Amino acid sequence: MGRTLESIDWFPLFLSLKVAALSTMFILVIGTGLAYLLSHREFRGKSLLDSAITLPLVLPPTVLGYYLLVVVGRETGLGRLYEWLFGTPLVFTWQAAVVAAIVHSAPIYIKGARVLLENVDYRYEWAARSLGASEWRTFWRITLPLARRGLSALGSLSFARALGDFGITIMVAGNFPGRTQTVSVAIYEAVESGDGRLARILVLVVSAVALAFLWPGSYLQRTSRMSSGS
Amino acid sequence: MARQLSAAHFSNEQRLVTGVVADFKKTLPATRDSPPFDLDVHLTAPAGTTVLFGPSGSGKTLTLNCLAGFVRPDSGRILLDNRIHFDAAGRVNLPPHLRRCGYIFQDHALFPHMTVRQNLTFAADGTFDRKESALGRRRRIADMLDSFELAGLASQKPGQLSGGQRQRAALARVLLSEPRLLLLDEPTRGLDSRLRDSFYSLLQSTQGRLNAPVILITHDINECLRLANNLCLLEAGRVLQNGPLHSVLQKPATVEVAKSLGLYILLPAEIRALDPGRRTSRLRVLDTDIDGPYLPGHLLGDRCTLCVRQSAAVVLASNSTENALTLRVLGSYQSSQGVRLECENDVRLAVTPQQWEQVRENDRLRVYLPPDAISFLS
Repeated sequence: MGRTLESIDWFPLFLSLKVAALSTMFILVIGTGLAYLLSHREFRGKSLLDSAITLPLVLPPTVLGYYLLVVVGRETGLGRLYEWLFGTPLVFTWQAAVVAAIVHSAPIYIKGARVLLENVDYRYEWAARSLGASEWRTFWRITLPLARRGLSALGSLSFARALGDFGITIMVAGNFPGRTQTVSVAIYEAVESGDGRLARILVLVVSAVALAFLWPGSYLQRTSRMSSGS
Repeated sequence: MARQLSAAHFSNEQRLVTGVVADFKKTLPATRDSPPFDLDVHLTAPAGTTVLFGPSGSGKTLTLNCLAGFVRPDSGRILLDNRIHFDAAGRVNLPPHLRRCGYIFQDHALFPHMTVRQNLTFAADGTFDRKESALGRRRRIADMLDSFELAGLASQKPGQLSGGQRQRAALARVLLSEPRLLLLDEPTRGLDSRLRDSFYSLLQSTQGRLNAPVILITHDINECLRLANNLCLLEAGRVLQNGPLHSVLQKPATVEVAKSLGLYILLPAEIRALDPGRRTSRLRVLDTDIDGPYLPGHLLGDRCTLCVRQSAAVVLASNSTENALTLRVLGSYQSSQGVRLECENDVRLAVTPQQWEQVRENDRLRVYLPPDAISFLS
């Protein structure tokens, strides 16, 4: 079973990094927008939306995966729309792994971002509005920069979380080595097939990568707290 | 159409009035910490400075927030220079950035992540004249930095500025946005008296360059007297009186107004005689008969409240003069206006230290009330 480092297939790790990066980009855009809506607007169904966003945190990954299959499967409207747009079905592709990662890590980002945006002192936003800035300009120039550190920390948290999704990914993207096999799925397979050395190496590498992304985030939070406390 | 109709309807009498004409209601529901609050505001704020004066919790800040567009009233209208900012019936509610109401917050709310120059640029960019060239805008900002002595601080962040510098930056920023109305929410709260003074002078010089009405909140009567051209007295969400400062001071509309200002001697009185020929009256106050002005619309035996400005009352050294009351002194303390005396019947007076030296031996004071300074409140 002796493997050298050169003989290890690093594809799952790179795929995971790609999936995590793409899903984080989506989350930063859509999640920040949703968090702004939840923190700054009153509308009907707000608490229902909030609960729906929290749901992925508490449901088993298999349930979420099943729902996703139902929503984006080849027979559904969304699935057909995707197939019509991009020419291939979504399920059992690496793109499906991106969707899985979004579902897995968006709730944490949105819930945290909502609190961060709510905590931006409203007087700065009001001052900006009274100086002639529209809500959009106020958001870009005042709200977002004031919440930037916290949002960056949350962004790195959701990247690290996206890196680690297993259940939803295997349900909607499957386990096709070289195509959809992410690192967490690869570890599962390595353990299953008794390749303990490969499993150990991948586990260590994933842990190191996750730590490398989390550490600057918590450092940012610490310094922002120190600077706001001064 | 709805806009025009309601504008015509509302401004029939004030068609040519510039400034704010507001008439609105707002109810805040009860929360865990506070009971429900009803605000019912009728306010005119013409050119010059209008001071919103009243105790804490009287609805001053809520009024300002409604005027600025941060809080939506439940009903009523708000006009600025005959332009409708809010009209519940016509479903008009201009968003804050289109109202052009410059707002100065208690702590000035300078954007902490921007330098002084960036703060000013943000305001200059928000002005509505899109034809202004980039060069013109830069020059406008540079002029403002110069005239508020901020040129050397342009690259500093607000956190690095002193209290006085922050005031100047906040005023410069708000001026650059070219407001049609300037709103100030207790801008000197928590400042020492030196900074307060410098802020007042700055504000007064600012008004010279700002051709717009100013509405300022305070609950400091000295600040109010110094700055106000007009006064709007609020208590428990209601406007007690709104008008030019001198007329409010001369004739408070009600006992409530006089009490809220805290500048008057208020005593129960009964009309003993009325002389329309000499236009005088005779009043019974604290078991003493004194002369007062003629009181049209009143009858012999009417009981009302006598009202005299504290500063018009004269403390006498001897017992001889007519039209004086005898009051027992309960306490005295030094203040910036001399010696403040607290007497029985809730009468407060200020005397000079010299006067106080003359009378401090006696525990009773003779206080002369000039007949023409006396008014009568129902």
